[in-house]
Amino acid sequence: MKDILEISNLTKRFGGLVANNNISFAVKEREILSVIGPNGAGKSTLFKLIASFLHPTSGEVRFRGQRISGLAPHKVARMGVVRTFQETTIFKSMTVRENIVIAHHLRSRASLAGFFLGTSTAQQDEEEFARSADEIIDFLGLGAYRHEMASNLPHGHLRALGIAIGLATNPQVLLLDEPFAGMNQEETKRAIEIVRGVRDRGITVLLVEHDMPAVMNISDRIVVLNFGEKIAEGTPKEIQENPKVIEAYLGVEDTAIGI
Amino acid sequence: MTARQKLGWVIASVAFLLVGVPLLISATGRTDLYYTLTTVALLSIISGGVWLTFYIGRINIGQGAFALIGGYVSAILVTQYGVSFWLTLPLAGLFCAVVSIVIGLPILRLRGVYFAMVTLTMTEVARLSAFALPITNGAKGIVNIPLPGAVTLFGVTIIPDFATLTNPRLAFYITSVVMMVVCFAFLYRLVHSRVGKICQSLQQNEELASSIGVNITYMRILAFAVSSFLGGIGGAMFAAIAQSMYPSSFGVQDSVNFMLNCFLGGLGYVLGPMLGTFVLYFGWDLLFKTGDFQLLIYSSILIVLMLVLPNGLLSIRLPVQKRASL
Repeated sequence: MKDILEISNLTKRFGGLVANNNISFAVKEREILSVIGPNGAGKSTLFKLIASFLHPTSGEVRFRGQRISGLAPHKVARMGVVRTFQETTIFKSMTVRENIVIAHHLRSRASLAGFFLGTSTAQQDEEEFARSADEIIDFLGLGAYRHEMASNLPHGHLRALGIAIGLATNPQVLLLDEPFAGMNQEETKRAIEIVRGVRDRGITVLLVEHDMPAVMNISDRIVVLNFGEKIAEGTPKEIQENPKVIEAYLGVEDTAIGI
Repeated sequence: MTARQKLGWVIASVAFLLVGVPLLISATGRTDLYYTLTTVALLSIISGGVWLTFYIGRINIGQGAFALIGGYVSAILVTQYGVSFWLTLPLAGLFCAVVSIVIGLPILRLRGVYFAMVTLTMTEVARLSAFALPITNGAKGIVNIPLPGAVTLFGVTIIPDFATLTNPRLAFYITSVVMMVVCFAFLYRLVHSRVGKICQSLQQNEELASSIGVNITYMRILAFAVSSFLGGIGGAMFAAIAQSMYPSSFGVQDSVNFMLNCFLGGLGYVLGPMLGTFVLYFGWDLLFKTGDFQLLIYSSILIVLMLVLPNGLLSIRLPVQKRASL
């Protein structure tokens, strides 16, 4: 499989703090790749760098061979790399359906003026968005909440809506920030199915997650960060057996003081 | 309401404003109301601009600056360059839009109270500039601005020379109402098309808007420019009506009022600023008889209204409608 994203020698410093240090790895097309690591390992920074919400101090991110670091986030989104958010970030005072319809913005062929004047292209766009939004609602099982205010959704469905917003942009790579956080077992199970479904639509999924059982279950490959550096990369099985990873998560006997 | 019913209401209201009100005024002989109603129409155009910046999630207390700039641009072009007023009207708006783009590029990055503070300062900066610049003639202002001249197209007079009219007040009233209707029709269409939804997405979450591919910088600038354009043409009309322009013509007090008009009418409704302006302006006038207590009573009522109706006057639903929707 071809590499869709290449992260090479990515470094991000905030003043004296090195959040990401010389990170390199590649994401293959249509895989589910998880980025894990203890708190403060630099996972969220890495995500922001990939979606171009932050610009790297050095190094670069390439999408299908093209450098995307340094571009504005909406341009990166337009190319097909779309990020959903760690917190339940949605348009709170819109209904579920309105959230998803507006998220189709990227696909519009009509210009702003076209939408203002209601040209036929704009009308076709609106029809297409409405149809696609309904399809996404059904796909994510949000049918019962279609006309519910987004702020009233139960927690698990909020995540689903976040993913729905991501899907509506028709991404090639979807970055999911902690999609399983705060979910119970049932919800997690369902969310895992959803993420698999997303991949089956031909979308490459990159996710940051703390829920280890879920990560091991869902990932094709895993990248492990610790203190801003990549310490391991491989299949779930390889990662589970990697001594460096175990060390990072569990700490290690300190021989010097003989514990 | 169906689209047909809505259209009927709009046509009826516009007809009332353009025909009914002048008839009522001539029947009662209260010609002073022309001036009051013209002022309300123009203030609601200017407030409509502020409302649009609210709609993208920015508290704009700088509209007074653009009304002032618009007024001066028109006044200067008419008195010193002999440009027709009707041409200076869009030019004043465009000039304000350009200024707002230059200022907006850096300041629209700010949010919440920070943006509000900068725009508040802007009003004061505009006033002080009007004092200091040679072209605005300082504190003496620009006076004796001629009334709007005639507009002829292919020999046909479309707009008569206001100076030749027996009742220029009526002419100003009609002009202002037409402008107000066009302005709010524009805003209504904007808000009810996808463009409005995009503005709303900015208001609710800029980061997410950006990640779904909305060019947030462009949208913010666009909304701010439209807002300032409306401020500019409103100011230009005021200059033409008063036939004079002073640094004190629009100040911080006015900027605050424009914002209050939006609050009072309701930030979620296109017609909010129109209703808010009407109620605030007439409310202030009605309290005139209370003398020294005018401001105290006025502000107390405003505070109570905002506490009771945080979403504005238009959020009141008549009980009849409620029953119908049940």
